[in-house]
Amino acid sequence: MTEQQDWGTSPDQVQFRFRDDEIADVPAVTVDSCCDQTNATAVRIEPGDDARELLPFLDRLQLVEVNFPAYTDGRGYSAARVLREAGYTGELRAVGDVLVDQIGFMRRCGFDAFAPDKPINEDDAKTAFARWPEVYQSAADTRKPIWDLRHE
Amino acid sequence: MYLYDSYDQAMVDARVEEFRDQAQRRLDGRISEEQFRPLRLMNGLYLQLHAYMLRVAIPYGTLNSRQMHMLADIADKYDRGYGHFTTRQNIQYNWIKLEETADLLADLASVEMHAIQTSGNCIRNISSDHFAGAAADELVDPRPYAELLRQWSSFHPEFSFLPRKFKIAVIASDTDRAAMRLHDIGIQIVKNDAGELGAAFYVGGGMGRTPMIAPMIREFVPLDQLVTYSEACLRVYNRYGRRDNKYKARIKILVHELGKDEYTRQVEEEFKHLLDQGVEPPLAELERLKPFFADPDFVDGPKTVDRSDPDFALWVERNTHRHKHDSYVSAVISLKPVAGIPGDASSEQMHLMADLAKAYSFDEMRVMHTQNVVLPHVRIADLHALWTKLEAAGLGSPNLDTIEDIIACPGLDYCSLANARSIPLAQRISTRFAEKGKTEQLGELKLKISGCINACGHHHAGHIGILGVDKKGTENYQLLLGGSEAEDTALGKITGRGFDEDGVIDAIETVTDIYLDKREEGERFLDTYRRIGMDPFKEALYD
Repeated sequence: MTEQQDWGTSPDQVQFRFRDDEIADVPAVTVDSCCDQTNATAVRIEPGDDARELLPFLDRLQLVEVNFPAYTDGRGYSAARVLREAGYTGELRAVGDVLVDQIGFMRRCGFDAFAPDKPINEDDAKTAFARWPEVYQSAADTRKPIWDLRHE
Repeated sequence: MYLYDSYDQAMVDARVEEFRDQAQRRLDGRISEEQFRPLRLMNGLYLQLHAYMLRVAIPYGTLNSRQMHMLADIADKYDRGYGHFTTRQNIQYNWIKLEETADLLADLASVEMHAIQTSGNCIRNISSDHFAGAAADELVDPRPYAELLRQWSSFHPEFSFLPRKFKIAVIASDTDRAAMRLHDIGIQIVKNDAGELGAAFYVGGGMGRTPMIAPMIREFVPLDQLVTYSEACLRVYNRYGRRDNKYKARIKILVHELGKDEYTRQVEEEFKHLLDQGVEPPLAELERLKPFFADPDFVDGPKTVDRSDPDFALWVERNTHRHKHDSYVSAVISLKPVAGIPGDASSEQMHLMADLAKAYSFDEMRVMHTQNVVLPHVRIADLHALWTKLEAAGLGSPNLDTIEDIIACPGLDYCSLANARSIPLAQRISTRFAEKGKTEQLGELKLKISGCINACGHHHAGHIGILGVDKKGTENYQLLLGGSEAEDTALGKITGRGFDEDGVIDAIETVTDIYLDKREEGERFLDTYRRIGMDPFKEALYD
C-alpha cells in the first residue's frame, strides 16, 4: 500500500464550530497510528475504522475528525455517537462531503464542528441547523425527545 | 387510529418547508440532480421512465375517510385522476411535477400525512397486519408498537444514510398476514410464560435478487426495551453492512455472511451498551398510544346474512374475514377487477371507499400489502348494502386470495429498473381465468409478478410467481412455484426455462390443471405442490 499522508483539515477549513474552547491546531493521525502512538491528540476516522478502538485514548484526544468521503456513507454518524456515548468531550469534526442537508443530523450525533469540502451557504446552514422544532428520538445531543416532552 | 398532536404536526410541517427549499435549490440549478437525488428520495420522490413518481406513506396501512378523500383530491389535482396502492401499504402517484410537489406535500400535511422516508436508504414506512385491531386471532393490536417505531425511526439522525433501504413489519398473531419474515426486521408481539407482552425479533429477511427468510434472533424483548433493541440491530447494520456493492448491502447479506449467531452476539453487545444510554421512550408513551387504537363502540346485531343472492354470497365467502366481535366482519374491497391494473384506484373510487368507510366501518380503512383496501369493522347487518354500493362502482370483485388477486409491480410500463411488463400480464391472466370460470374452482392461489429481479411484486413469495427478465432484448418470463409469505414462509423455485408472454399464461394454466388433477380433499394449490413436488409440474410444462 502506498503511504498516504493525511494530515486532516486545518483550522481555517472549519466553517461551523459550536465550541468555546480554542481550536486545536494539530495534525490528525489515522486510527491505527493513534493506537500506536502515546502522544497523538488528534485523530481522523475513516468510514471503515472502528471508533471503539479509540476508547482507551479518549482522555488525551482534543480533536476527532470523522471523514465522509461520500455523504451517502453513513458510518460516520455511528462513529460519532459511539464516541459521545463513551464520554468523549473534545471536538468532533465532520469533514469531507458534508452537505447542508446532513449537518442537522450530524449535529444530533454529536458533531460540533464542520469542515465541508465545499463551503455551505451560510443562510442555508442556519436554516438547516434550526430546522426541527423538536426531535423524535434521543441521540448524542441534549435535546429532549418529543416522547419525553409529552410526559413531563 | 392514531391522531397527530401538535408535535407530530410541527414535524411534518417542517418537513414540507425543508422539501420546498430543497426543490427550489434544484429548480434554481444550485444543486445537481445527483445532489438532489438523496433528498428527493428521502421524500418519496422517484424519477421514473416518464415523470416523477411520488410515494405517500400510509403508516401500517391505516387511514380515515378524510385522508382517503385527500388522496383522491391529490390524484385529480396533481396526477391523472388515479393512484396506485402498493405492497408496502402505501399509495403512489405516477405523473408528478417537481414544481408542484411541495404544494402536494403541504396538502398531505393538512390531513396528517406525508411522504417521509418512503424511499432512500433509511427506515421505510412500517407495515403491519391489515386486519390489526379486528382479527379474531390476534394477541393484541400491533399498531401501537408500529406507531412507536414510526416515531423513533422518523428523521433518525444516525440511521438516515444506511447501506440500503430498511423495512420493518410488526404483527401480533401467529397467522402472518404481513410477510413479516421477509422484512429486514420482523417483529411479532408475543406473550411469555409469565404472561407478559414482548417482542420476538426476526432479522435479515427480504426478497430482491437474494431472497432470504429472516431467522429469529431474540425470542422475547421486553416492551420497555423495544426501541433500544431496534437501535442495536440498526447500529450493527449501519456500521458493518456492506457498502461496496448495492446488491449486497441489505441487512440480510450481513446476517448471512456473519451468520445469525455472530450477528446476534454483536447486537446483544450493542444492546447491553445502549441500555445505559437512555434511548428508550418512557413506557407512558406506549400507554398514550394504545387508546388511539382502542376498539370502537361495537354493538350486537345479526350474526348471519341472507345468502340467497349467489353473487352476494360468493363475495361474502371470498372477501370477508372473521372479526373479533361476532356481529362484525372485516370486508375487503378488491382493487383487482378482471382485466384491471392491480392496486389502481380512480379518484371516484377513492372518494367512494372513503364514504363507505365513514358509513360502515367507524371511519377507518386499511391498505393491504396485496394492494386491496379493507373496511376493518363492518356490521354483518350492513354487508348487503355495502356490497351493493361496491358492485355498482366496479369494486365488488369476489376474488380475494384467488388467482385474480394478483400482486404486480409497476413493471416496464412505469419503472426504469424493469426488464419486462407486469401489468398487461396480470390483466391477461385475470381475464383468462375469469373467462374460463376457473377462478373459483382453484380457490386460494396467490400469484405474484415482478418485472425484474428486484422483486417488488414479491414473486419469490407467490404460490405461483412470475419473474420478468430481459432475454436478448425481448421480454421473457420465468415461472416459480411453491412460495409463501404467510407464517409458513417459503421461497418459490424456478420451474425451468422461461416463456414468452403468451407462453407463460399457457404455462400457468398448465400448472393449475395439474393441481386440479392431483389435488386431494381440501388441498390448496400450495398444499398439493408441497405434497407432490416440482416434478409433475415440470413434466407437464416441458415434456
